[in-house]
Amino acid sequence: MARVLIRNLNKMYDDFHAVKDVNLEIRDKEFLVLVGPSGCGKTTTLRMVAGLETITSGQVLIGDTVVNDLAPMDRDIAMVFQNYALYPHMSVYDNMAFGLKMRKVERAEIRKRVQDAADILGIRDYLARKPRQLSGGQRQRVALGRAIVRHPQVFLFDEPLSNLDAKLRVQMRVELKIFFNFLKTTEIYFTHDQVEAMTLGDRVVVMRGGLVQQVGEPLELYNAPVNRFVAGFIGSPAMNFAPVRVSNGKDGLRADNPGFGIDVPAEIRPRLQPYAGRDVIMGIRPEDLQLANGSYPPGLCFDAMVEVVEKLGPEILLDLQVGEQTMVAAVEPNVRAKRGDKLRFALRPERLHFFDTGSEAAI
Amino acid sequence: MIEGAKWRRWVYFYIPLSGFVFWLLFPFYWMLVTSIRPDRELYRPWMAPNYTPFWTAHPTLVHVMDLLTETLFTRWMLNTLFIAIVSTVISLFCGVFAGYALSRLKFPFAGSLGAGIFITYLVPQTLLFIPLADIIRNFHLGDTPWALILTYPTFLIPFCTWLLMGYFKAIPRELEECARIDGATRWKAMLYIIIPIAVPGIMSAGIFAFTLSWNEFIYALVFLSSAEQKTVSVGVTSELVRGDVFYWGQLMAGALLGSIPVAFIYSFFVEHYVAGLTGSVKG
Repeated sequence: MARVLIRNLNKMYDDFHAVKDVNLEIRDKEFLVLVGPSGCGKTTTLRMVAGLETITSGQVLIGDTVVNDLAPMDRDIAMVFQNYALYPHMSVYDNMAFGLKMRKVERAEIRKRVQDAADILGIRDYLARKPRQLSGGQRQRVALGRAIVRHPQVFLFDEPLSNLDAKLRVQMRVELKIFFNFLKTTEIYFTHDQVEAMTLGDRVVVMRGGLVQQVGEPLELYNAPVNRFVAGFIGSPAMNFAPVRVSNGKDGLRADNPGFGIDVPAEIRPRLQPYAGRDVIMGIRPEDLQLANGSYPPGLCFDAMVEVVEKLGPEILLDLQVGEQTMVAAVEPNVRAKRGDKLRFALRPERLHFFDTGSEAAI
Repeated sequence: MIEGAKWRRWVYFYIPLSGFVFWLLFPFYWMLVTSIRPDRELYRPWMAPNYTPFWTAHPTLVHVMDLLTETLFTRWMLNTLFIAIVSTVISLFCGVFAGYALSRLKFPFAGSLGAGIFITYLVPQTLLFIPLADIIRNFHLGDTPWALILTYPTFLIPFCTWLLMGYFKAIPRELEECARIDGATRWKAMLYIIIPIAVPGIMSAGIFAFTLSWNEFIYALVFLSSAEQKTVSVGVTSELVRGDVFYWGQLMAGALLGSIPVAFIYSFFVEHYVAGLTGSVKG
């Protein structure tokens, strides 16, 4: 059993409340990703789970044990650091063996475990080298190897990919995914990169300002964000937001912005009805803005002017001017558009999001 | 390195460098020439026709032999070596732990304590030797090597602590945290991870401490009185200058031989020493 339970966890630094009442359950053998912008409290949470930071109030349980007062070494966890934290004066072998030596594992057993791990990670040829003689990707593997030789109950990863260049990061992300499937232990992964979070996590936790915003499977966060922050944070390019005024029109509920106006689709109407006469924020993802053709109901269409065309290959991003509003649309790569074009766009009604102007919670 | 035309390299690099080298090495050359110059040349007036201040045509080892056989010079060397090594070891030991604690452990007043230690280093020895002499007398340590072994750390420990504090701070905290998660206690993490990484820093602190105690003058002058107990710096100047008679040949031979151990240590450890001062640790 290596479930990790975080109960009402708080951290105060003098007057600064860094982590506010965090409650999380990381199930056995689950891969949980904590994601959030820097300063959101995720690193502090991680350090409290690891035992590197004292807990102001609340509890952390690993398995069935409350570990609040246990030293890091007694928590049976392994951690991979952002800058790898390889011991520079030791060879790769000694780096990986250090934890086992500290735990007085037999020499032959250490040898076997290190070599097994080195085989899995493909670093067997580098065991005699010093960390400074390795490339970024190799160092990353050594750091992983150092974590897995100990067979800990829980793995913690603190932004392990953020020191790699973009191409290597994508490659290591895939390797990590394969590696984790193989590993089958409980893993908590901390990152500020929402793409990593979406691709790696069984479930993802979004944090902001020391508060947990939403916990869910990646697509759940993507399709049904609970508030404007999560909606804007998950997904790239980010969701478009536009203030709209809700009103009762002659054909039902309307949502109007100076640049455009739409008929509120029937399935959202009951939720939005109480907001009639008030302003709300409408959100729509770039890929849910489509070039309008005849089949779209006119009540969901609007005109926009192309400001910038970004040809990415698999898709084209169009920066649009809609009244006073800027929006981004992701369209098929075969669309011929240039700066200054006036195009007609349609919203996919089932993909519309509405958020309360004050609380920013999803409606 | 200076890029560009050859003359630029000469003007900006070789000529200034030669100047420095000359400036720094000339005193040693002077000591050498004086120590191997026979007495009749040493006391020759400067307007004599065969006056040759910068070289000698009749080199002799008589001053060196006199120094080694007629004076207690070898004894002074051994005294100095013993005192310098023991006080350096004591200071390094304390400096490593104090530096580690001040740079890594969170405790109240850590910052002001660090500054306090630095300020003690700034108090001049010429001010401290009077109260220290009183303490030495109370403990009946006067005229023994322990008088110096126990007083040198008063300036060596702050020095080592301060230097090592900076060095420890440059070592990424993650290394230690990683070791502690790996299964090391704080003590073991320090022993197996932090101290081995800090070896260049510890070495340069050690070299500095050794040099400072080797060259120390005023405490040695005040706390030691009998000729057999003296250190080189005091022995040479007090025993080879008798009244207004300067035994220049022996003085210079003593100064030259006395500076050999320090020069030897510097040249031997120069790489570590530079690494220790520039302090680059990568994780």
